[in-house]
Amino acid sequence: MNELVFFINNVVVAGSVTGSIYAIGAVGVTLVFSIMRFAHFAHADMMTFGAFMVLLLTAAFPGVGSVVGLPTPVVMLPLAMVLTALLAVGIDKAFYKPLRAHGVKPIVIVIGSLGVTLMLQGLIRLFAGTSGQNLYMAGERKEIYRLALPFDGVRAPIVITEPQIILLVLTIACVVGLHLFLNRSRLGKAMRAMSDNPDLARASGINTNTIVAVTWVIVGGLAAIAGTLLSLDVTFKPDLSFFLLLPIFAAAIVGGVGHPYGAIAGGFVVGFAETLAVFNWAVLLRPFRDSLPDWLAKAGNLAFVGTEYKIVVPFFILVAILVWRPTGIFKGKVI
Amino acid sequence: MPLLEARNVHGGYGGMNILNGVDMVIDADEIGVIVGPNGAGKSTMLKAIFGLLTVSQGDILLRGEPIHNLPPNKLVQKGMGFIPQEKNVFPSLSVKENLEMGAFLKPHNTQRMLKTIYGFFPPLYDKRRQPAGELSGGQRQMVAMGRALMAEPELLLLDEPTAGLSPLYMNEIFERVKEINAAGVGILMVEQNAKQALAIADKGFVLAAGQNRFTDTGAALLADPEVAKSFLGG
Repeated sequence: MNELVFFINNVVVAGSVTGSIYAIGAVGVTLVFSIMRFAHFAHADMMTFGAFMVLLLTAAFPGVGSVVGLPTPVVMLPLAMVLTALLAVGIDKAFYKPLRAHGVKPIVIVIGSLGVTLMLQGLIRLFAGTSGQNLYMAGERKEIYRLALPFDGVRAPIVITEPQIILLVLTIACVVGLHLFLNRSRLGKAMRAMSDNPDLARASGINTNTIVAVTWVIVGGLAAIAGTLLSLDVTFKPDLSFFLLLPIFAAAIVGGVGHPYGAIAGGFVVGFAETLAVFNWAVLLRPFRDSLPDWLAKAGNLAFVGTEYKIVVPFFILVAILVWRPTGIFKGKVI
Repeated sequence: MPLLEARNVHGGYGGMNILNGVDMVIDADEIGVIVGPNGAGKSTMLKAIFGLLTVSQGDILLRGEPIHNLPPNKLVQKGMGFIPQEKNVFPSLSVKENLEMGAFLKPHNTQRMLKTIYGFFPPLYDKRRQPAGELSGGQRQMVAMGRALMAEPELLLLDEPTAGLSPLYMNEIFERVKEINAAGVGILMVEQNAKQALAIADKGFVLAAGQNRFTDTGAALLADPEVAKSFLGG
Protein backbone atom coordinates (compact mmCIF):
# COMPACT_ATOMS: atom_id res chain seq x y z
CA MET A 1 0.00 0.00 0.00
CA ASN A 2 2.81 2.38 0.79
CA GLU A 3 4.15 1.68 -2.66
CA LEU A 4 0.80 2.61 -4.17
CA VAL A 5 0.81 5.92 -2.30
CA PHE A 6 4.31 6.50 -3.60
CA PHE A 7 2.97 5.86 -7.11
CA ILE A 8 0.07 8.29 -6.58
CA ASN A 9 2.40 11.01 -5.31
CA ASN A 10 5.01 10.58 -8.00
CA VAL A 11 2.89 9.74 -11.00
CA VAL A 12 -0.76 10.67 -10.52
CA VAL A 13 -0.19 14.00 -8.78
CA ALA A 14 3.04 14.92 -10.57
CA GLY A 15 1.67 13.83 -13.96
CA SER A 16 -1.54 15.83 -13.53
CA VAL A 17 0.47 18.90 -12.57
CA THR A 18 2.91 18.65 -15.48
CA GLY A 19 0.09 17.64 -17.81
CA SER A 20 -2.01 20.66 -16.83
CA ILE A 21 0.82 23.08 -17.54
CA TYR A 22 1.60 21.45 -20.90
CA ALA A 23 -2.10 21.37 -21.75
CA ILE A 24 -2.65 25.09 -21.15
CA GLY A 25 0.57 25.88 -23.01
CA ALA A 26 -0.34 23.65 -25.95
CA VAL A 27 -3.80 25.23 -26.23
CA GLY A 28 -2.09 28.58 -26.80
CA VAL A 29 0.19 27.17 -29.51
CA THR A 30 -2.72 25.46 -31.22
CA LEU A 31 -4.95 28.57 -31.13
CA VAL A 32 -2.23 30.72 -32.72
CA PHE A 33 -1.71 28.07 -35.39
CA SER A 34 -5.38 27.66 -36.20
CA ILE A 35 -5.93 31.41 -36.64
CA MET A 36 -2.60 32.59 -38.07
CA ARG A 37 -1.16 29.35 -39.48
CA PHE A 38 2.30 29.53 -37.99
CA ALA A 39 4.14 27.75 -35.19
CA HIS A 40 4.63 30.35 -32.47
CA PHE A 41 8.00 29.60 -30.87
CA ALA A 42 7.81 32.56 -28.50
CA HIS A 43 4.81 31.05 -26.71
CA ALA A 44 6.87 29.55 -23.89
CA ASP A 45 8.44 32.96 -23.31
CA MET A 46 5.03 34.55 -23.04
CA MET A 47 4.48 32.01 -20.26
CA THR A 48 7.73 33.11 -18.60
CA PHE A 49 6.76 36.74 -19.09
CA GLY A 50 3.42 36.13 -17.31
CA ALA A 51 5.26 34.57 -14.37
CA PHE A 52 7.73 37.46 -14.40
CA MET A 53 4.85 39.97 -14.18
CA VAL A 54 3.53 38.04 -11.18
CA LEU A 55 7.02 38.17 -9.64
CA LEU A 56 7.18 41.95 -10.07
CA LEU A 57 3.66 42.54 -8.79
CA THR A 58 4.19 40.27 -5.79
CA ALA A 59 7.40 42.09 -4.94
CA ALA A 60 5.59 45.43 -5.31
CA PHE A 61 2.57 44.50 -3.19
CA PRO A 62 3.71 41.85 -0.70
CA GLY A 63 1.20 40.45 1.72
CA VAL A 64 -1.90 41.35 -0.32
CA GLY A 65 -2.78 37.67 -0.45
CA SER A 66 -3.29 37.35 3.26
CA VAL A 67 -6.31 39.68 2.97
CA VAL A 68 -8.19 37.16 0.83
CA GLY A 69 -6.52 34.02 2.15
CA LEU A 70 -4.69 33.06 -1.04
CA PRO A 71 -0.98 33.26 -1.87
CA THR A 72 -0.15 36.78 -3.12
CA PRO A 73 1.12 35.53 -6.54
CA VAL A 74 -2.29 33.93 -7.21
CA VAL A 75 -4.05 37.20 -6.32
CA MET A 76 -1.75 39.02 -8.76
CA LEU A 77 -2.41 36.51 -11.54
CA PRO A 78 -5.42 38.29 -13.14
CA LEU A 79 -3.42 41.49 -13.47
CA ALA A 80 -0.45 39.58 -14.91
CA MET A 81 -2.84 37.94 -17.41
CA VAL A 82 -3.99 41.36 -18.60
CA LEU A 83 -0.38 42.57 -18.94
CA THR A 84 0.68 39.42 -20.82
CA ALA A 85 -2.36 39.73 -23.10
CA LEU A 86 -1.31 43.32 -23.86
CA LEU A 87 2.23 42.12 -24.55
CA ALA A 88 0.90 39.44 -26.92
CA VAL A 89 -1.24 41.93 -28.84
CA GLY A 90 1.70 44.38 -28.93
CA ILE A 91 4.17 41.78 -30.19
CA ASP A 92 1.73 40.83 -32.93
CA LYS A 93 1.27 44.47 -33.96
CA ALA A 94 5.01 45.16 -33.93
CA PHE A 95 6.43 41.98 -35.47
CA TYR A 96 3.97 39.46 -36.89
CA LYS A 97 1.37 41.76 -38.42
CA PRO A 98 3.84 43.56 -40.75
CA LEU A 99 5.13 40.16 -41.88
CA ARG A 100 1.59 38.94 -42.56
CA ALA A 101 0.83 42.15 -44.44
CA HIS A 102 3.77 41.38 -46.74
CA GLY A 103 2.28 37.97 -47.41
CA VAL A 104 5.45 36.12 -46.39
CA LYS A 105 5.59 32.33 -46.06
CA PRO A 106 4.72 30.98 -42.59
CA ILE A 107 8.31 29.88 -42.00
CA VAL A 108 9.42 33.52 -42.05
CA ILE A 109 7.01 34.34 -39.21
CA VAL A 110 8.20 31.23 -37.36
CA ILE A 111 11.78 32.51 -37.52
CA GLY A 112 10.49 35.92 -36.48
CA SER A 113 8.93 34.34 -33.40
CA LEU A 114 12.30 32.75 -32.63
CA GLY A 115 13.73 36.26 -32.55
CA VAL A 116 10.93 37.36 -30.23
CA THR A 117 11.87 34.43 -27.97
CA LEU A 118 15.44 35.62 -27.58
CA MET A 119 14.34 39.21 -27.16
CA LEU A 120 11.81 38.43 -24.43
CA GLN A 121 14.27 36.22 -22.63
CA GLY A 122 16.95 38.89 -22.71
CA LEU A 123 14.49 41.46 -21.45
CA ILE A 124 13.44 39.28 -18.53
CA ARG A 125 17.08 38.49 -17.66
CA LEU A 126 17.89 42.18 -17.72
CA PHE A 127 15.44 42.82 -14.89
CA ALA A 128 15.18 39.53 -13.04
CA GLY A 129 18.76 38.28 -13.29
CA THR A 130 19.65 34.77 -14.32
CA SER A 131 19.07 32.86 -11.11
CA GLY A 132 15.90 31.15 -9.97
CA GLN A 133 13.54 33.06 -7.69
CA ASN A 134 10.76 31.95 -5.43
CA LEU A 135 7.36 33.49 -6.06
CA TYR A 136 6.52 32.93 -2.40
CA MET A 137 8.04 35.86 -0.59
CA ALA A 138 7.54 38.13 2.42
CA GLY A 139 6.97 35.30 4.86
CA GLU A 140 4.40 33.45 2.77
CA ARG A 141 5.06 29.77 2.40
CA LYS A 142 3.88 26.91 0.29
CA GLU A 143 1.13 25.09 2.13
CA ILE A 144 1.70 21.33 1.95
CA TYR A 145 -1.24 19.02 2.59
CA ARG A 146 -0.59 15.48 3.79
CA LEU A 147 -3.63 13.26 3.49
CA ALA A 148 -3.17 10.17 5.66
CA LEU A 149 -5.06 7.16 4.36
CA PRO A 150 -7.22 5.24 6.83
CA PHE A 151 -5.77 1.82 6.07
CA ASP A 152 -3.73 -0.44 8.34
CA GLY A 153 -0.04 -0.42 7.63
CA VAL A 154 -0.15 2.67 5.42
CA ARG A 155 2.32 5.12 6.84
CA ALA A 156 2.95 7.32 3.81
CA PRO A 157 0.41 10.10 3.22
CA ILE A 158 -0.68 11.46 -0.14
CA VAL A 159 1.17 14.76 -0.49
CA ILE A 160 -0.19 17.67 -2.48
CA THR A 161 0.79 21.32 -2.24
CA GLU A 162 -1.39 24.40 -2.33
CA PRO A 163 -0.14 25.63 -5.75
CA GLN A 164 -0.79 22.18 -7.18
CA ILE A 165 -4.42 22.30 -6.03
CA ILE A 166 -4.81 25.83 -7.42
CA LEU A 167 -3.24 24.65 -10.67
CA LEU A 168 -5.66 21.76 -11.07
CA VAL A 169 -8.67 23.95 -10.25
CA LEU A 170 -7.57 26.67 -12.68
CA THR A 171 -6.88 24.14 -15.42
CA ILE A 172 -10.42 22.82 -15.15
CA ALA A 173 -11.72 26.40 -15.14
CA CYS A 174 -9.67 27.25 -18.26
CA VAL A 175 -10.86 24.19 -20.16
CA VAL A 176 -14.52 24.78 -19.29
CA GLY A 177 -14.21 28.51 -19.99
CA LEU A 178 -12.53 27.93 -23.34
CA HIS A 179 -15.13 25.36 -24.32
CA LEU A 180 -17.99 27.73 -23.53
CA PHE A 181 -16.27 30.61 -25.30
CA LEU A 182 -15.60 28.65 -28.51
CA ASN A 183 -19.03 27.05 -28.70
CA ARG A 184 -21.42 29.60 -27.24
CA SER A 185 -20.06 33.10 -27.85
CA ARG A 186 -20.28 35.00 -31.12
CA LEU A 187 -16.54 35.78 -31.15
CA GLY A 188 -15.61 32.21 -30.25
CA LYS A 189 -17.65 30.84 -33.14
CA ALA A 190 -16.08 33.44 -35.42
CA MET A 191 -12.65 32.19 -34.30
CA ARG A 192 -13.59 28.64 -35.27
CA ALA A 193 -15.00 29.95 -38.55
CA MET A 194 -11.76 31.77 -39.33
CA SER A 195 -9.77 28.66 -38.46
CA ASP A 196 -11.97 26.67 -40.88
CA ASN A 197 -11.95 29.08 -43.80
CA PRO A 198 -10.46 32.57 -43.44
CA ASP A 199 -11.64 33.78 -46.88
CA LEU A 200 -15.24 32.83 -46.20
CA ALA A 201 -15.01 34.41 -42.74
CA ARG A 202 -14.00 37.66 -44.42
CA ALA A 203 -16.80 37.27 -46.99
CA SER A 204 -19.25 36.87 -44.09
CA GLY A 205 -18.27 40.27 -42.76
CA ILE A 206 -16.08 38.99 -39.94
CA ASN A 207 -13.26 41.44 -39.29
CA THR A 208 -10.29 39.09 -39.19
CA ASN A 209 -8.06 41.69 -37.50
CA THR A 210 -10.41 41.67 -34.53
CA ILE A 211 -10.31 37.88 -34.38
CA VAL A 212 -6.52 37.92 -34.46
CA ALA A 213 -6.44 40.40 -31.56
CA VAL A 214 -8.96 38.36 -29.55
CA THR A 215 -6.84 35.26 -30.15
CA TRP A 216 -3.73 36.99 -28.79
CA VAL A 217 -5.61 38.19 -25.71
CA ILE A 218 -6.72 34.63 -24.94
CA VAL A 219 -3.31 33.17 -25.76
CA GLY A 220 -1.54 35.76 -23.58
CA GLY A 221 -3.91 35.21 -20.66
CA LEU A 222 -3.54 31.44 -20.82
CA ALA A 223 0.24 31.73 -21.12
CA ALA A 224 0.36 33.85 -17.95
CA ILE A 225 -1.68 31.25 -16.06
CA ALA A 226 0.50 28.34 -17.15
CA GLY A 227 3.79 30.16 -16.56
CA THR A 228 2.79 31.43 -13.14
CA LEU A 229 1.49 28.09 -11.93
CA LEU A 230 4.63 26.34 -13.08
CA SER A 231 6.78 28.93 -11.28
CA LEU A 232 4.68 28.53 -8.15
CA ASP A 233 5.09 24.79 -8.23
CA VAL A 234 8.86 25.00 -8.68
CA THR A 235 10.63 28.36 -8.96
CA PHE A 236 10.74 31.23 -11.44
CA LYS A 237 13.62 31.12 -13.92
CA PRO A 238 14.19 33.38 -16.95
CA ASP A 239 15.00 30.36 -19.10
CA LEU A 240 11.94 28.31 -18.12
CA SER A 241 10.86 28.42 -21.74
CA PHE A 242 13.66 26.15 -22.94
CA PHE A 243 12.22 23.36 -20.80
CA LEU A 244 8.67 24.12 -21.90
CA LEU A 245 8.90 24.73 -25.62
CA LEU A 246 9.52 21.15 -26.72
CA PRO A 247 6.87 19.53 -24.47
CA ILE A 248 4.13 22.02 -25.40
CA PHE A 249 4.83 21.66 -29.13
CA ALA A 250 4.89 17.89 -28.71
CA ALA A 251 1.55 18.15 -26.87
CA ALA A 252 -0.02 20.33 -29.56
CA ILE A 253 1.15 17.98 -32.32
CA VAL A 254 0.15 14.82 -30.43
CA GLY A 255 -3.34 16.28 -30.03
CA GLY A 256 -3.58 17.38 -33.65
CA VAL A 257 -2.54 20.95 -34.40
CA GLY A 258 -5.49 23.33 -34.53
CA HIS A 259 -7.63 21.30 -32.12
CA PRO A 260 -7.93 22.93 -28.67
CA TYR A 261 -9.32 19.73 -27.12
CA GLY A 262 -6.59 17.72 -28.79
CA ALA A 263 -4.00 20.05 -27.27
CA ILE A 264 -5.44 19.45 -23.80
CA ALA A 265 -5.40 15.68 -24.31
CA GLY A 266 -1.90 15.93 -25.81
CA GLY A 267 -0.71 17.94 -22.80
CA PHE A 268 -1.76 15.20 -20.41
CA VAL A 269 -0.37 12.45 -22.66
CA VAL A 270 3.05 14.12 -22.72
CA GLY A 271 2.90 15.06 -19.02
CA PHE A 272 2.10 11.53 -17.91
CA ALA A 273 4.52 9.97 -20.37
CA GLU A 274 7.25 12.11 -18.85
CA THR A 275 6.45 11.23 -15.25
CA LEU A 276 5.96 7.53 -16.03
CA ALA A 277 9.31 7.43 -17.83
CA VAL A 278 11.25 8.81 -14.89
CA PHE A 279 9.28 6.86 -12.27
CA ASN A 280 11.27 4.27 -10.40
CA TRP A 281 9.30 1.09 -11.12
CA ALA A 282 11.44 -0.88 -8.67
CA VAL A 283 9.30 0.59 -5.89
CA LEU A 284 6.14 -0.95 -7.26
CA LEU A 285 7.86 -4.32 -7.61
CA ARG A 286 9.04 -4.38 -4.01
CA PRO A 287 5.96 -6.18 -2.56
CA PHE A 288 6.48 -9.02 -5.06
CA ARG A 289 10.18 -9.27 -4.29
CA ASP A 290 10.08 -12.93 -3.28
CA SER A 291 8.54 -14.22 -6.50
CA LEU A 292 10.73 -12.23 -8.87
CA PRO A 293 13.95 -13.38 -10.49
CA ASP A 294 17.04 -12.19 -8.70
CA TRP A 295 18.23 -9.63 -11.25
CA LEU A 296 14.84 -7.88 -11.14
CA ALA A 297 14.34 -8.03 -7.38
CA LYS A 298 17.75 -6.61 -6.60
CA ALA A 299 17.58 -3.69 -9.04
CA GLY A 300 17.52 -0.43 -7.12
CA ASN A 301 16.36 1.84 -9.86
CA LEU A 302 14.11 0.73 -12.69
CA ALA A 303 13.23 4.05 -14.32
CA PHE A 304 13.16 4.17 -18.12
CA VAL A 305 15.23 7.35 -18.19
CA GLY A 306 17.00 9.34 -15.50
CA THR A 307 15.29 12.49 -14.26
CA GLU A 308 18.01 14.64 -15.78
CA TYR A 309 17.08 13.28 -19.23
CA LYS A 310 13.36 13.93 -18.82
CA ILE A 311 13.31 16.23 -21.84
CA VAL A 312 14.12 13.22 -24.04
CA VAL A 313 10.61 11.88 -23.51
CA PRO A 314 8.60 14.65 -25.24
CA PHE A 315 11.25 14.72 -27.94
CA PHE A 316 10.81 11.02 -28.53
CA ILE A 317 7.01 11.39 -28.57
CA LEU A 318 7.29 14.29 -31.01
CA VAL A 319 9.45 12.35 -33.44
CA ALA A 320 7.33 9.21 -33.10
CA ILE A 321 4.06 11.03 -33.75
CA LEU A 322 5.51 12.95 -36.71
CA VAL A 323 6.66 9.69 -38.26
CA TRP A 324 3.63 7.52 -37.59
CA ARG A 325 0.69 9.86 -37.28
CA PRO A 326 1.61 13.44 -38.28
CA THR A 327 -1.97 14.67 -37.94
CA GLY A 328 -2.14 13.72 -34.26
CA ILE A 329 -4.92 12.07 -32.28
CA PHE A 330 -7.65 14.44 -33.47
CA LYS A 331 -6.58 14.72 -37.12
CA GLY A 332 -5.15 18.22 -37.06
CA LYS A 333 -3.25 20.07 -39.72
CA VAL A 334 0.34 19.21 -40.51
CA ILE A 335 2.66 22.04 -39.49
CA MET B 1 -30.16 54.79 -59.84
CA PRO B 2 -28.92 51.28 -60.69
CA LEU B 3 -28.14 48.88 -57.82
CA LEU B 4 -24.75 48.00 -59.25
CA GLU B 5 -22.83 49.77 -61.95
CA ALA B 6 -19.40 48.78 -63.22
CA ARG B 7 -17.65 51.00 -65.73
CA ASN B 8 -14.59 49.97 -67.72
CA VAL B 9 -13.22 47.71 -64.97
CA HIS B 10 -9.62 46.56 -65.33
CA GLY B 11 -7.93 44.27 -62.84
CA GLY B 12 -6.25 40.95 -62.15
CA TYR B 13 -3.81 39.11 -59.95
CA GLY B 14 -0.23 40.22 -59.34
CA GLY B 15 0.11 42.68 -62.21
CA MET B 16 -1.42 40.33 -64.76
CA ASN B 17 -4.63 41.83 -66.10
CA ILE B 18 -7.55 39.49 -66.59
CA LEU B 19 -10.27 42.12 -66.88
CA ASN B 20 -9.71 44.56 -69.72
CA GLY B 21 -12.64 46.92 -69.44
CA VAL B 22 -15.88 45.31 -68.30
CA ASP B 23 -19.17 47.25 -68.07
CA MET B 24 -22.21 46.09 -66.14
CA VAL B 25 -25.46 47.61 -64.91
CA ILE B 26 -27.92 45.80 -62.65
CA ASP B 27 -31.13 47.31 -61.30
CA ALA B 28 -32.50 46.54 -57.87
CA ASP B 29 -34.99 43.84 -58.86
CA GLU B 30 -32.94 42.18 -61.57
CA ILE B 31 -31.07 38.93 -62.12
CA GLY B 32 -27.82 39.43 -63.98
CA VAL B 33 -25.97 36.44 -65.41
CA ILE B 34 -22.36 36.39 -66.56
CA VAL B 35 -21.51 33.69 -69.09
CA GLY B 36 -18.58 33.07 -71.38
CA PRO B 37 -15.79 30.61 -72.15
CA ASN B 38 -13.23 29.45 -69.59
CA GLY B 39 -10.69 32.11 -68.76
CA ALA B 40 -12.98 34.94 -69.89
CA GLY B 41 -12.73 36.57 -66.46
CA LYS B 42 -16.25 35.73 -65.23
CA SER B 43 -15.33 34.76 -61.65
CA THR B 44 -12.60 37.39 -61.64
CA MET B 45 -15.21 40.08 -62.32
CA LEU B 46 -17.30 38.84 -59.40
CA LYS B 47 -14.25 38.89 -57.13
CA ALA B 48 -13.35 42.37 -58.31
CA ILE B 49 -16.82 43.59 -57.35
CA PHE B 50 -16.50 41.95 -53.91
CA GLY B 51 -13.12 43.54 -53.22
CA LEU B 52 -11.14 40.29 -53.40
CA LEU B 53 -8.72 41.59 -55.99
CA THR B 54 -7.33 44.99 -56.88
CA VAL B 55 -9.18 47.02 -59.46
CA SER B 56 -6.47 48.94 -61.30
CA GLN B 57 -8.76 51.08 -63.46
CA GLY B 58 -12.46 51.84 -63.77
CA ASP B 59 -15.32 52.37 -61.32
CA ILE B 60 -17.63 50.08 -59.41
CA LEU B 61 -20.65 51.78 -57.83
CA LEU B 62 -23.20 50.36 -55.42
CA ARG B 63 -26.30 52.58 -55.50
CA GLY B 64 -24.11 55.33 -56.95
CA GLU B 65 -21.46 55.05 -54.23
CA PRO B 66 -17.96 54.05 -55.34
CA ILE B 67 -16.97 50.74 -53.70
CA HIS B 68 -13.98 49.45 -55.64
CA ASN B 69 -11.14 48.24 -53.46
CA LEU B 70 -13.21 48.31 -50.26
CA PRO B 71 -12.52 45.20 -48.11
CA PRO B 72 -15.21 42.47 -48.10
CA ASN B 73 -16.35 43.11 -44.52
CA LYS B 74 -17.18 46.73 -45.44
CA LEU B 75 -19.10 45.54 -48.51
CA VAL B 76 -21.15 43.14 -46.40
CA GLN B 77 -22.06 46.12 -44.22
CA LYS B 78 -23.13 47.99 -47.34
CA GLY B 79 -25.53 45.22 -48.30
CA MET B 80 -23.54 42.92 -50.54
CA GLY B 81 -23.35 39.14 -50.14
CA PHE B 82 -20.94 36.77 -51.87
CA ILE B 83 -21.08 33.01 -52.31
CA PRO B 84 -17.79 31.58 -53.60
CA GLN B 85 -17.83 28.58 -55.91
CA GLU B 86 -15.67 26.36 -53.74
CA LYS B 87 -15.12 26.18 -50.02
CA ASN B 88 -18.33 28.08 -49.40
CA VAL B 89 -19.16 26.61 -45.99
CA PHE B 90 -17.31 26.32 -42.66
CA PRO B 91 -16.90 22.52 -42.61
CA SER B 92 -16.37 21.98 -38.88
CA LEU B 93 -19.12 24.39 -37.80
CA SER B 94 -22.67 23.12 -37.52
CA VAL B 95 -25.25 24.23 -40.09
CA LYS B 96 -26.76 26.60 -37.52
CA GLU B 97 -23.36 28.09 -36.68
CA ASN B 98 -22.65 28.57 -40.40
CA LEU B 99 -25.85 30.56 -40.71
CA GLU B 100 -25.07 32.55 -37.56
CA MET B 101 -21.74 33.61 -39.08
CA GLY B 102 -23.68 35.10 -41.98
CA ALA B 103 -25.38 37.46 -39.53
CA PHE B 104 -22.12 38.26 -37.73
CA LEU B 105 -22.49 41.99 -38.36
CA LYS B 106 -26.18 42.01 -37.45
CA PRO B 107 -26.39 39.76 -34.38
CA HIS B 108 -29.76 41.16 -33.30
CA ASN B 109 -31.22 39.78 -36.55
CA THR B 110 -29.98 36.24 -35.98
CA GLN B 111 -33.07 34.61 -34.48
CA ARG B 112 -35.52 36.19 -36.94
CA MET B 113 -33.36 35.40 -39.96
CA LEU B 114 -32.69 31.82 -38.80
CA LYS B 115 -36.47 31.23 -38.87
CA THR B 116 -36.70 32.75 -42.36
CA ILE B 117 -33.83 30.65 -43.72
CA TYR B 118 -35.13 27.42 -42.16
CA GLY B 119 -38.50 28.22 -43.76
CA PHE B 120 -36.81 28.78 -47.11
CA PHE B 121 -34.57 25.69 -46.94
CA PRO B 122 -36.42 23.16 -44.72
CA PRO B 123 -33.67 20.48 -45.02
CA LEU B 124 -31.30 22.82 -43.18
CA TYR B 125 -33.54 22.83 -40.11
CA ASP B 126 -33.34 19.03 -39.84
CA LYS B 127 -29.54 19.14 -40.20
CA ARG B 128 -28.94 22.25 -38.09
CA ARG B 129 -26.72 20.47 -35.54
CA GLN B 130 -24.67 18.56 -38.12
CA PRO B 131 -21.25 19.86 -39.23
CA ALA B 132 -21.65 21.47 -42.66
CA GLY B 133 -18.68 19.47 -43.96
CA GLU B 134 -20.74 16.27 -43.71
CA LEU B 135 -23.54 17.47 -46.00
CA SER B 136 -24.07 16.62 -49.68
CA GLY B 137 -23.08 19.12 -52.37
CA GLY B 138 -26.61 20.41 -52.89
CA GLN B 139 -27.25 20.86 -49.19
CA ARG B 140 -23.92 22.60 -48.82
CA GLN B 141 -24.96 25.04 -51.54
CA MET B 142 -28.12 25.70 -49.50
CA VAL B 143 -26.02 26.40 -46.41
CA ALA B 144 -23.86 28.75 -48.47
CA MET B 145 -26.88 30.61 -49.82
CA GLY B 146 -28.48 30.68 -46.39
CA ARG B 147 -25.33 32.08 -44.82
CA ALA B 148 -25.17 34.91 -47.37
CA LEU B 149 -28.89 35.68 -46.97
CA MET B 150 -28.61 35.93 -43.17
CA ALA B 151 -27.14 39.41 -43.58
CA GLU B 152 -30.19 40.48 -45.64
CA PRO B 153 -28.16 41.65 -48.63
CA GLU B 154 -29.52 43.93 -51.36
CA LEU B 155 -27.21 42.37 -53.91
CA LEU B 156 -26.13 38.74 -53.91
CA LEU B 157 -23.12 37.57 -55.93
CA LEU B 158 -23.06 33.86 -56.77
CA ASP B 159 -20.06 32.16 -58.36
CA GLU B 160 -21.22 29.10 -60.31
CA PRO B 161 -23.79 27.94 -57.76
CA THR B 162 -24.67 24.80 -59.75
CA ALA B 163 -21.12 23.59 -60.46
CA GLY B 164 -20.85 19.88 -59.80
CA LEU B 165 -24.50 19.43 -58.81
CA SER B 166 -26.87 16.81 -60.20
CA PRO B 167 -29.55 18.13 -62.65
CA LEU B 168 -32.17 17.73 -59.92
CA TYR B 169 -30.34 20.03 -57.50
CA MET B 170 -29.42 22.34 -60.37
CA ASN B 171 -33.07 23.08 -61.12
CA GLU B 172 -33.75 23.52 -57.41
CA ILE B 173 -30.94 26.08 -57.11
CA PHE B 174 -32.19 28.05 -60.15
CA GLU B 175 -35.69 28.04 -58.65
CA ARG B 176 -34.28 29.30 -55.35
CA VAL B 177 -32.37 32.06 -57.07
CA LYS B 178 -35.61 33.20 -58.73
CA GLU B 179 -37.42 33.14 -55.36
CA ILE B 180 -34.65 35.11 -53.64
CA ASN B 181 -34.84 37.67 -56.43
CA ALA B 182 -38.63 37.82 -56.15
CA ALA B 183 -38.15 38.68 -52.48
CA GLY B 184 -36.34 41.85 -53.59
CA VAL B 185 -32.66 40.84 -53.71
CA GLY B 186 -30.64 41.80 -56.77
CA ILE B 187 -28.64 38.88 -58.18
CA LEU B 188 -25.43 38.70 -60.14
CA MET B 189 -24.23 35.21 -60.91
CA VAL B 190 -21.61 33.49 -62.96
CA GLU B 191 -22.84 30.29 -64.64
CA GLN B 192 -21.47 27.48 -66.77
CA ASN B 193 -24.96 26.21 -67.55
CA ALA B 194 -25.49 29.22 -69.77
CA LYS B 195 -28.81 28.31 -71.40
CA GLN B 196 -30.61 27.62 -68.13
CA ALA B 197 -29.10 30.65 -66.46
CA LEU B 198 -29.92 33.05 -69.30
CA ALA B 199 -33.49 31.74 -69.26
CA ILE B 200 -34.01 33.29 -65.82
CA ALA B 201 -31.80 36.35 -66.45
CA ASP B 202 -33.08 39.90 -66.84
CA LYS B 203 -29.65 40.88 -68.07
CA GLY B 204 -26.99 38.71 -69.59
CA PHE B 205 -23.33 39.55 -70.02
CA VAL B 206 -21.25 37.44 -72.37
CA LEU B 207 -17.59 37.98 -71.53
CA ALA B 208 -14.61 36.94 -73.62
CA ALA B 209 -10.96 37.76 -72.93
CA GLY B 210 -11.90 40.09 -70.10
CA GLN B 211 -14.27 42.27 -72.13
CA ASN B 212 -18.01 42.46 -72.82
CA ARG B 213 -18.76 40.60 -76.06
CA PHE B 214 -22.56 40.77 -75.90
CA THR B 215 -24.80 42.54 -73.41
CA ASP B 216 -28.57 42.27 -73.61
CA THR B 217 -31.60 40.77 -71.88
CA GLY B 218 -31.33 37.06 -71.18
CA ALA B 219 -34.06 36.21 -73.68
CA ALA B 220 -32.49 38.31 -76.44
CA LEU B 221 -29.09 36.65 -75.95
CA LEU B 222 -30.67 33.20 -76.09
CA ALA B 223 -32.38 34.15 -79.35
CA ASP B 224 -29.26 35.68 -80.91
CA PRO B 225 -27.86 33.13 -83.40
CA GLU B 226 -24.36 34.55 -83.11
CA VAL B 227 -24.29 34.12 -79.32
CA ALA B 228 -25.72 30.65 -79.69
CA LYS B 229 -23.10 29.67 -82.23
CA SER B 230 -20.05 30.93 -80.36
CA PHE B 231 -20.97 30.57 -76.71
CA LEU B 232 -23.93 28.27 -76.13
CA GLY B 233 -22.70 25.28 -78.07
CA GLY B 234 -24.95 25.72 -81.13
